[in-house]
Parts: sequence; structure tokens; C-alpha cells
Amino acid sequence: MATSAVIKPQETPAPEAVVVRFAGDSGDGMQLTGGQFTLSTALAGNDLATFPDFPAEIRAPQGTLFGVSAFQINFGSREINTAGDAPDVLVAMNPAALKVNLAALKPGGLVIIDTGEFTKRNLDKAKYDVSPLDDGSLAKWDVLAFDISALTIEAVKPFGLGNKDALRSKNMWTLGLALWMFDRPRDPIHAWLKAKFKSKPDIADANIAALDAGHAYGETAELSGPIKQMHMPPVESAPGLYRTITGAEAISLGLVAGAQLAELPMFFGGYPITPASAILHHLARLKEFGVTTFQAEDEIAAICSAIGASYAGQLGVTSSSGPGIALKTEAMGLAIMTELPLVIVNSQRGGPSTGLPTKTEQSDLYQAVYGRNGDAPMPVVSCSSPSDAFECAIEACRIAVEYMTPVMLLTDGYIANAAEPWAVPDPASYAPFPAKFLQEKNGGDTLLPYKRDAKGARPWIKPGTPDLMHRIGGIEKAVDTGHIDYSPQNHQTMTDARIGKVLGVTVPDQEVALGEASGKLVVVGWGSTFGPIHQAVRRARAKGLDVSHVHVRHIWPLPKNLGTLLHSYDNVLVPEMNTGQFKTVLRDQYLVDAQPLTKTSGQPFAISELETAIAKFFDGVPDNEGGEVSVNETQLPSPKAENP
Amino acid sequence: MNQMTKIETTLKDWETDQEVRWCPGCGDYAILKAVQRTLPQLGANPANTVFISGIGCSSRFPYYMETYGFHTIHGRAPALATGVKLANPELDIWLVTGDGDGLSIGGNHMMHVLRRNVNMQIMLFNNEIYGLTKGQASPTSREGTKSPSTPLGSYDRPANPCAFALGSGARFVGRGFDVSKNLPEVLKAAHAHQGAAFIEIFQNCIVYNKDVFEDFAAPKGAEDRQLWLVPGEPMLFAKGTKGIALDRDKLALTVVDVADENWASAGVLVHDATNRSLAHLLVEMPFGPFPMALGVLYDDPRPTFEAAVIEERAKSSAGKEPNLAKLLAKGQTWTVDDKAGHPA
Repeated sequence: MATSAVIKPQETPAPEAVVVRFAGDSGDGMQLTGGQFTLSTALAGNDLATFPDFPAEIRAPQGTLFGVSAFQINFGSREINTAGDAPDVLVAMNPAALKVNLAALKPGGLVIIDTGEFTKRNLDKAKYDVSPLDDGSLAKWDVLAFDISALTIEAVKPFGLGNKDALRSKNMWTLGLALWMFDRPRDPIHAWLKAKFKSKPDIADANIAALDAGHAYGETAELSGPIKQMHMPPVESAPGLYRTITGAEAISLGLVAGAQLAELPMFFGGYPITPASAILHHLARLKEFGVTTFQAEDEIAAICSAIGASYAGQLGVTSSSGPGIALKTEAMGLAIMTELPLVIVNSQRGGPSTGLPTKTEQSDLYQAVYGRNGDAPMPVVSCSSPSDAFECAIEACRIAVEYMTPVMLLTDGYIANAAEPWAVPDPASYAPFPAKFLQEKNGGDTLLPYKRDAKGARPWIKPGTPDLMHRIGGIEKAVDTGHIDYSPQNHQTMTDARIGKVLGVTVPDQEVALGEASGKLVVVGWGSTFGPIHQAVRRARAKGLDVSHVHVRHIWPLPKNLGTLLHSYDNVLVPEMNTGQFKTVLRDQYLVDAQPLTKTSGQPFAISELETAIAKFFDGVPDNEGGEVSVNETQLPSPKAENP
Repeated sequence: MNQMTKIETTLKDWETDQEVRWCPGCGDYAILKAVQRTLPQLGANPANTVFISGIGCSSRFPYYMETYGFHTIHGRAPALATGVKLANPELDIWLVTGDGDGLSIGGNHMMHVLRRNVNMQIMLFNNEIYGLTKGQASPTSREGTKSPSTPLGSYDRPANPCAFALGSGARFVGRGFDVSKNLPEVLKAAHAHQGAAFIEIFQNCIVYNKDVFEDFAAPKGAEDRQLWLVPGEPMLFAKGTKGIALDRDKLALTVVDVADENWASAGVLVHDATNRSLAHLLVEMPFGPFPMALGVLYDDPRPTFEAAVIEERAKSSAGKEPNLAKLLAKGQTWTVDDKAGHPA
């Protein structure tokens, strides 16, 4: 959110970007409303980023503060990298939604309120003593308060629905109003409603009527003056075909693409866990691509079945979140020891233990890089956005197949659920990496299952191949023959070989995402912090500050030039949604004085938080104003930050 | 197992060049030989055969079989084998596990591989002790078993592997013991069964739980203590002088005397391996008052899991073209053209 985009009555000039937050009870359909608004916005040619924020409970008690579900979208006529910091527009469907979200709304912003829900009972549930509509507490915002509930009931009256059913269309009424406000097309939503309620045309018609009524209300209200319609021109984007995509979809498609590039059928072993399940759901519908999905009895069985499938010659994939990844750990060691390809997707969430299942965090980096018994090296690739997730999934498949190794693909709850426009890639533009299977003995008269190629990879030998019978397992293997061997020299050699193979994985040199290859400050990120870091660095550079952005995809092994690159800046700042895990890796690998900027609130970084942190490295730059500046910096010594 | 071309092999073809490292006198040697003797009789193809094991003494088994083999991690062999079978249903899979591996740490996977009915033979070597970790009580150890972890005797009740298997939904339950000459017949029946075939094999751990099965396995008087179940045959033992009948009032099995081979008039049951109710009675039949039930206790195939997976994949792929470019461009899309840089 670069520019102020306060919507004033009668103010028509379009801002570059607007942040809208839809908030309501978890049963109000706010995620659906947000999703459809996103689609409509994408179709209108705006760039966008979204942030769904919903409670862990499936049906939290109605009207309560912890049952509030919100969906934020940032869209505009220029490149958007984040879901935005503070909303310009807040739609609050009940008192609880208002209470939870109001503080985030920009001063002067617009709040749209359904007064029909501001009953004594709902006010009590939201812990309001006096209705905020009556006590003047909303004075610093523009308030558009009217009885959306009643208007919805009126709109769907012709369809003979009971009040309860009629009120289910409230979200569509609200969406209709939002579509009018930002001059968005209604047709795609009509089509979507018709498809969704194919077997219940009455419900489809009622929802369409509600949507149209909300839209019409905007037009009428305009006449009487409280709000103006705003047209936001399309963003300048590269020519091509676009669609919106979430991280979970992108990973699923990337895995399918990766398997095709490897010329392998894919086997996906999964177990339900938030927020990783979406990948299982997507892949379960792609069987025609040679995908087998298997819902296992637990996380351990999910990875073990995938290892079994890889052993039998398919591309084994498993997916989970932190707690499930922990359960899979022993089996990862088995895949490392037996040197079989495997992709493990970790959709990170807040931890430890069950932690914050529906909130985002980047706190599984140690687990990914270091978290196994023994010296158990494993490549780690991390996605920085929904569209990047497609590329990263292909990259993980490539490394797994070319190096006969399990690979951890890190994503997080934010990327998994967030949507953004995606330039649809041409599958033919990716270089294939076809898997090769050993067909005959590779050691003269004998089979050497652990004879390594130039990359350090052992041959892939499918059971069922004549004359190549052999045994593998988790016990240390003798060099070449793969027989059981506990001897000291052999274990040393094999440990070195496993480490060397992974460190030798070819990864592209690290590029600078924004700025220069040297200078006063570099902000180093990984994963879903890309958006806020990029915007914060862009704004700082616009102020003339010598700051650059480096975003690392290959967490392990790290790009070969990364150490030299980081040492060419005076200061290194590493913002992470954890307590400083990547910072530790960088310090360890490069003896670089990486300074942590950490946040573990379950929410993504606000751009303003990062701007504030960047400003501390420069004299005479005031802290950025506005937004939520509440970054919990660690207690680690940070002399350079204090005395730049 | 699968229908396959029969291959001519001898016992030697199934032996590896690896030194067998079980304790001298271990029951595992006898089981290994029984398996190596049985496979040539089945016409099995070593290249198409996979032995998959977990962790424990029994789980060293794959190293000694000249087939494909995967020595996995503790308890997880059924899960890994499920992936192998789904990836290549043509493979003939033998699972080797033990009472600790299969019923303690891996009990969950055992339950699910059985209920799903993944086509494979599951040999659970039951020695009623943890051997490889030096003799702790296992989930099948009898109450009062003294071991390093239970110095005053164990007090948890033992699990009954065959009852567990049947309760989990197994469609084949067999039982044998290491040195029994009948073991190959049980293995053959399991192999012939399409689906998950569970075989409990009592195995003598001569170091930590020596001769714990001698009460029924000892050759002397074996005929009085072993009931070998053969489908279609009356349930007779003690050289045909005793049989198993149903006490209809108690809905329980009972031992009856048979005079002059006239078992029918004594009410002796004919073994119907497809009778699930009977199977429940047989797996629960206590040794002591009754002989040990051995052989094929239950054999009633149902469609296999992998067949269902293949069918579902075919059904959901029918008429769909696996075109990745089209898949990527699915849903509502928009085009930004060259000139304007704006959506069309």
C-alpha cells in the first residue's frame, strides 16, 4: 500500500491502490465474499494480493470475538506485493467484526456496517457496553451504517426463503455493493453462483438478486451522496494470459508439472492437517495426470507410502505442516539413507506443538535444515509467493530426481491461502529432467546399488527389473555394494558422500531482488516475507536510502555466491516470522553480522514495520508513520542498528 | 499375490551371499528355509518379489532373500509396502514383521493395511519378546513374563495377533510355527489369497524366551495339542479321537470325544474358512483347554485396495485429456495484450 487511498465522499480521483477488509462472523461467508471479489478484481486487470484470516474453529459460536473471520485484499493499478497494512475500507458484518478490526482501519477510512446485527445480544457478545454507533467512537472514520440484513431479506423476498436462509445471502449483498464501489463486473459472480448452485436454482437466483440489490444500492446511495464510485485502471503488466492462483494450487500444479518433466507418475501420500490439506484436495482431482493420491492413516504412513512409491519407480511426494513434519522425521532419515527421491512439502504454521493452526509463521527452518537424527543433509527450497510456489515445486522435483534425495519444499499458511494474479506459464518452456532407471548391472558381473555418478547420486533401480535384485534399508551401507557395513572408515566415507552430494546440488547464483550488489544495508528475506520486504525497500529507496533486497529461494544448499554478496554490504538485516532462524544459518555459514528482525504474532509483516526497522540504520530518517508498528525485536546484541 | 508367469527356481536361487546373523538355534532360520522352499513351489519370480520389513530380529529377513528387499524403519513396513504396491501392483510383496514391530510401534499401520486389504503376505514372527533390544517384554508376552524391563514380571495383558488381525478386517488369517513341516502349506494358502494375508508364525527365541511355545510345539504329543485346520475337513485332533464342536447354549466351542471315527455324530464342526463367525471363535480359542488352532483359520477374499485405486483412477481420468498447458490455464483467465498492456 504505497499511497494514501482514503475514500472521501464525492472524491473521485482513483488512488493507485486500495486495501479492503471484509470481516464478519465465521458463518457469514466472508472468505467466499473475499474470494469472489478477488476474482472480479483480477478480471478487471488490477494487480492484487490477499490475506485470508480465519479462526481455527470450524463453527465458532456466532457473534463472538474469536469467531470473527476476515479477508483482506490489496489491489491497484501498479504492482502489488502484499495484502497491505491498514485497510482503507472495512466491511463489518457484526459488532464483533467491528471491534476486532476497527483499530487497523486507516484514520479517515470508510467503515461499512450492517446495523441489523447491532442488537443488544450481539453487542454483549462483542463486549460493547454502548453501541459504537451511538457513542461517537467512530468519529475519525467515515461511517456508512445501514440495515444490510433487512435490505437482503427484502431483496430475496420473491424467492420465498425463510429469514434464516434469506440472511445467508447477506454476504452477496455486501459483495454487490463492493463491486459497485470499485466498478467491478458482476457477470463472473453471476456465472459462479449459477455453477455453484446448479442443483438449487432458487438459491442461485436469490443470491444473484441479493448481489444485484447491493449493487443497485450503491448506485442509489451515490445519488443521495454518501459514497462515490471509484474506477481503478488496470495495472501495466507484461502481455500474456493471466489467472488468479493460491499457493496451495500453485504447489499442486508445480508438482504435476515436475512429475511430467521427470517423466514419472506421481504418488502423493498425505494426512489431513491445516493448512496443508488443500494440496491433497487439489491433487486428488488430477488423476488423469498419472497422479495417485493416498490418504494415509497418519503422517508417518503418508511419508512411508511415498518412499515406497519412489522405491517402486514413481515420484513420491508427501505434505504436511510442522507437527506432521515432526512425525515424518524418522522416515526422512530413511529416504536420506536409502537415497530415494522424495518431495516433502511443509506448509508452515504457528508453533510449537499445535500452535496456531490457521496462522502463518516461518518457524520450521531449523526443522527443515537441521531437524533430523544423525548427519542427515537434505536440500531445502522455499516459496516466496503463490506464483513462485509453482516454480519452487518444479525445482524441488528436479533436485529430488537428479540427486536421488528427499527435498523439503517450504511454504506457509499465508502463501497457501493467499491469491494473486499469475502469468500462466508455458509448460514447454521448462527443461525436462527425465528420470533414469538402471536396466543392467553397473559393476561388470555385479550390481552396485550405491555406485555414485558424477553428481554423487546412486542409480535408481526399480523392483521388477530382471537380475538387479538387491536389498536396501536404514542401516549404514557399504560403499558401492550397499551391503550392511558398520565399519568406521565406511561410515566416515558414506557420511561425507551424503553431505557432499547435497552440498553439490546445483543452485542458481543469488540475485538481488531490488537495489545494488553492495551498499549500506541489505534486507535478506526468504519465503512469504517477500512482499512486505520488497515494498519497504522500494519505499526506502524512493527516500534515497542505500538499501537493497535479497530474497533467498535455496535455503539448503545456499547459493555459492551468497556469502560474498552479503559481505559486500555494511549491514545485513534479516526479517523473519520466527525468532531468527535464517539469521543463525547465515551467521554460521558466512560469519556475517546478520541482524534479526523477528515477528511471531501469526500475522505477516506490515510494510511499515519493515520501513521502521530499515530507518534505524540511517541517520535523520524519521520512523514511518501510521500502521501497526509492533515488531518484537529479539534481545540479541545489535550494535550497528543502534549506532548506525 | 498376483497371477503371474511361473518361473523355475530352486531353493538356492533364493539365498543371498550374505552371512545370516541370527543367534544359532533361532527359529528364524527355520522360517527362512520354509520360505525359500516354498517360493520355488509357487513358481515365484525373484525379480518380481519384494520382501519388506520393519525393525527387529525378524526384520533382517530381506537381507537373506535373493529378491528385492527393503529393510525399513520400526513398525512402518506396512505403510511403505502399501506405497510400493500402489506404485506397481504387479509386484509380489511379502511383509516380515514381529510382535513388537507389528503390534506395538507399528500396530496402527498393521490395522490399516489389513482393513484396506492391500494384496500382500504379512508374516508376523511372534516370539513374545523383544529380542534385538535384549529381551524386554513385548505386547504378546504372557502376564508375569520376567524381563529386564519387567523384573518382577509383566502385568499388562498380551495382545492376540490373530484376533487383532481379524478385528482389523483381515480376510485371511493363518497360523503356524517356525519348525512346523506344515508351515509351507500355510504360506502357500496365504500367497494364493488375493488381498492382505496375515500369518502369525510362533518363533522360538532361544536366548530371551526359550521354548515358550514348547507346550504345543514340542514334537512329542503334538497331535494332542495342535489342531490343524483344513478347509472342508472336520476339526479333528488327537489322531481323530477328539474334535471341536459348537456348544449352542453357550455359543462357544467345545472339545468332544470321537468314537470310531464317527465325528459327525459327535457334532464335530467342518472347517469353513469363509465363515467369519467361526473365525472369531477360532482366534479366541484358548490354548490349554483347547489345542492350538493352526493352519488356515480364515480365508474369504474381497476386492483389493490397489484394484479399487486403479479403478478409481481410471474412472476419474475417463474422457479427460492430461494436457498440462490447459490445466494451468484453467478457470477464469484474462489476457493482457501487447499494445495496450491492459486486459482485453
